[in-house]
Amino acid sequence: MTEPADPPFVEFDRVQKSYDGETLVVKDLNLQMPKGEFLTMLGPSGSGKTTCLMMLAGFETATHGDIRLDGKPINNIPPHKRGIGMVFQNYALFPHMTVAENLAFPLEVRGEAKTDREARVHTALEMVQMGDFGARRPAQLSGGQRQRVALARALVFEPELVLMDEPLGALDKQLREHMQFEIKHLHEKLGITVVYVTHDQTEALTMSDRVAVFNDGVIQQLAPPDELYERPQNSFVAGFIGENNRLEGKIEGIEADKAVVRLKTGELIDATPVNVTSVGQETLVSIRPERVEFKPENFDEGAHTIEAEVLEFIYMGDSFRTRLRVAGHDDFVMKSRNMLGQERLQPGRKLPISWHPQDARALDAM
Amino acid sequence: MSDAVSDPSRSETLTTADGKPLKAALARAQARNRRRAFYLVLPLLLFVVVTFLIPIGQMLSMSVNNPAFYSWKDRDTGEKVPLMVDLRAWFDENPVGTEPDEAAYAALAAGLAHARETKSIGQIGTRINYEVSGTRSMFTKSARRAEKLEPPFKEALLDIDEDWADPRLWSAMRNASKSFTVDFYLAALDYTRDADGNVVKVEEERAVYILLFKRTLVLSAFITLLTLVLGFPIAHLLATLPLRHSNLLMIFVLLPFWTSLLVRTTSWIVLLQSQGVINDVWVATGLIGDENRLQMIYNQTGTVIAMTHILLPFMVLPLYSVMRPIDPSYVRAARSLGATSWTAFRRVYLPQTVPGIGAGGLLVFILAVGYYITPALVGGSSGQLISNLIAFHMQKSLNWSLAAALASLLLAGVLLLYWLYDRLVGIDNLKLG
Ligand SMILES: Nc1ncnc2c1ncn2[C@@H]1O[C@H](COP(=O)(O)OP(=O)(O)O)[C@@H](O)[C@H]1O
Ligand SMILES: [Mg+2]
Repeated sequence: MTEPADPPFVEFDRVQKSYDGETLVVKDLNLQMPKGEFLTMLGPSGSGKTTCLMMLAGFETATHGDIRLDGKPINNIPPHKRGIGMVFQNYALFPHMTVAENLAFPLEVRGEAKTDREARVHTALEMVQMGDFGARRPAQLSGGQRQRVALARALVFEPELVLMDEPLGALDKQLREHMQFEIKHLHEKLGITVVYVTHDQTEALTMSDRVAVFNDGVIQQLAPPDELYERPQNSFVAGFIGENNRLEGKIEGIEADKAVVRLKTGELIDATPVNVTSVGQETLVSIRPERVEFKPENFDEGAHTIEAEVLEFIYMGDSFRTRLRVAGHDDFVMKSRNMLGQERLQPGRKLPISWHPQDARALDAM
Repeated sequence: MSDAVSDPSRSETLTTADGKPLKAALARAQARNRRRAFYLVLPLLLFVVVTFLIPIGQMLSMSVNNPAFYSWKDRDTGEKVPLMVDLRAWFDENPVGTEPDEAAYAALAAGLAHARETKSIGQIGTRINYEVSGTRSMFTKSARRAEKLEPPFKEALLDIDEDWADPRLWSAMRNASKSFTVDFYLAALDYTRDADGNVVKVEEERAVYILLFKRTLVLSAFITLLTLVLGFPIAHLLATLPLRHSNLLMIFVLLPFWTSLLVRTTSWIVLLQSQGVINDVWVATGLIGDENRLQMIYNQTGTVIAMTHILLPFMVLPLYSVMRPIDPSYVRAARSLGATSWTAFRRVYLPQTVPGIGAGGLLVFILAVGYYITPALVGGSSGQLISNLIAFHMQKSLNWSLAAALASLLLAGVLLLYWLYDRLVGIDNLKLG
């Protein structure tokens, strides 16, 4: 990875965390964020994302290692002096205060004058299009409106760093997509640095500059969304991000950018070696459904083909999903665009399929 | 199906498929459910009426109406016999303050003779004795000889006892003849009537009720405050500890509920008395000298300590039930927004516990105001509360009307408090469990 030219704004340096002294919830976390970045921590539930956020916000202490903000270690700074805005998953709007009082709270505890306070609260509410709701109580708002208020409250005191812990988890799909867009928009407009936690991969891919995929307290891969999707570094990332087909086998031959894999059932396929190095090694080949080809004219020259049997054809509107039996697997999926003249494969048909070696990635066998 | 149903815009009232008005059908369907629900609560309702509402009604009526002077229920026949008929008639004819004349004494003598005949003289004497003490024996003594009295009755009665001329006595008899009286309330507020029927304050040394009301309110408020101060941290701990530990702690909180009230109170006696465990320990460690052992029981201190202990769970439980669901993220949010932990507590946590504080405070205060057994056992004379006096009038002096008046005042005070709470905090803002 390339080192950022400026000193990183947020830095986790060999951070470890254990709650019970027996198991490490976060294992050796190293992470550097430049100012203004939108970084998402993505991972299954229980992988330690919230814990990382809580350590950054100051509600949990790191068992080992340093967390630095703007170059200064913050391990011993209490939460209220860190100046970090935070959006909680359940919003944590104070139920006994009105929306405006909620927003004025961070300004009030900073001793700001009443008139300034009112102006800033107003601006912040306008920013999230909630200008008319200042006098309401949180209980009188819908989920989406609460979300906006929580966002405004985390931003009203103009923190440079904002943490969001699954802020859209409780919203329905349409609202969630809308809010994703708004948050992204605010991030660009205000130039703040955002650490965003989610377990929703679409959210992570659409919003972030970089995504850190967490599993089991370890960052599995830290990369921009496109790289993450197209070039997953290991089989966990490949399996977690997007849909993918997996074929197990052994490396038969290996070159710098091409490996030939013999599957368990004896067929040979081509793949790009990612974290396999030697002949004879066990590997898991990952192929995205939309990169599988069945028309011979599209096959890569010299690439191996493999025999497939159509099991099921599913019409999905904008695309077709065809379930195939390949190398003894019944769950091999091929996705094709619903274009003019696109062929609809009938169950029972047998045909050869292939793919570009770059689209098949030979990863570590899990 | 008629047209009216298929096109509701054309008909005024909606109807069901068989043409009945929809509203009526709905009401009938709901009435059936309501009736069933009513039958389910009926046993409880009867229970509450018989054991709660009727006694309270009786108490209220007894506090304004005591017929002991003019009505007697014959023990054998169960019939009601009017007493002092002539005397009541004389009171009706003559205004307050009239000097009792021969006719009045004649009526009194006749009444006394009749009372002796019906064996009701004890009741009459007791009734007048409430107001003018020391008169009970006068009634029995005079009644014994009333039959043989000759006119002029005034002289004859005064011959038996000179006090028959006491205007206070006549005033008392006049009041006792009325079927409605506020005199018991006057007495409960340390007022009485003079010979002319004017309301006056009782003498300083006999005024006890106001003092006791005040003491009851002040001590109850103090005990409520103490339970809040002691209970708040416990409730908070209970609400924030992991369930495994908090269950154990909860058992300790509930332990007092599982031991007899008497046992708890008497164990405080063992602990606190001047030869008790605590004093012994202090003396043994040289903290205080043997000669100045602290008097911590049989006074207000004892009442406060024992009652605080007994009432603590009533504060902790409502607080706990309010604190448990308060998400820790509220305080975290406040902290992340720049509040110190104290500000976060005061501005964010505390306001959310107000329903619990209100419920616990009201509960403890109301219980404390009516507490009887603990002050009776550990209160000595300075630690007695108003309920001890009510009990005294119920059991010792047998002045049930005064007891009823005191209890009614207490009830009114509690209702007033409830009303105030509703006005200030809102009764829907009360969470008991
Ligand atoms: N306060 C805590 N005490 C003990 N264990 C905790 C605590 N918070 C989280 N954990 C444990 O740490 C692990 C990671 O939790 P968390 O950081 O919340 O994961 P995520 O946010 O990715 O779902 C989980 O196994 C969880 O049980
Ligand atoms: Mg989480």
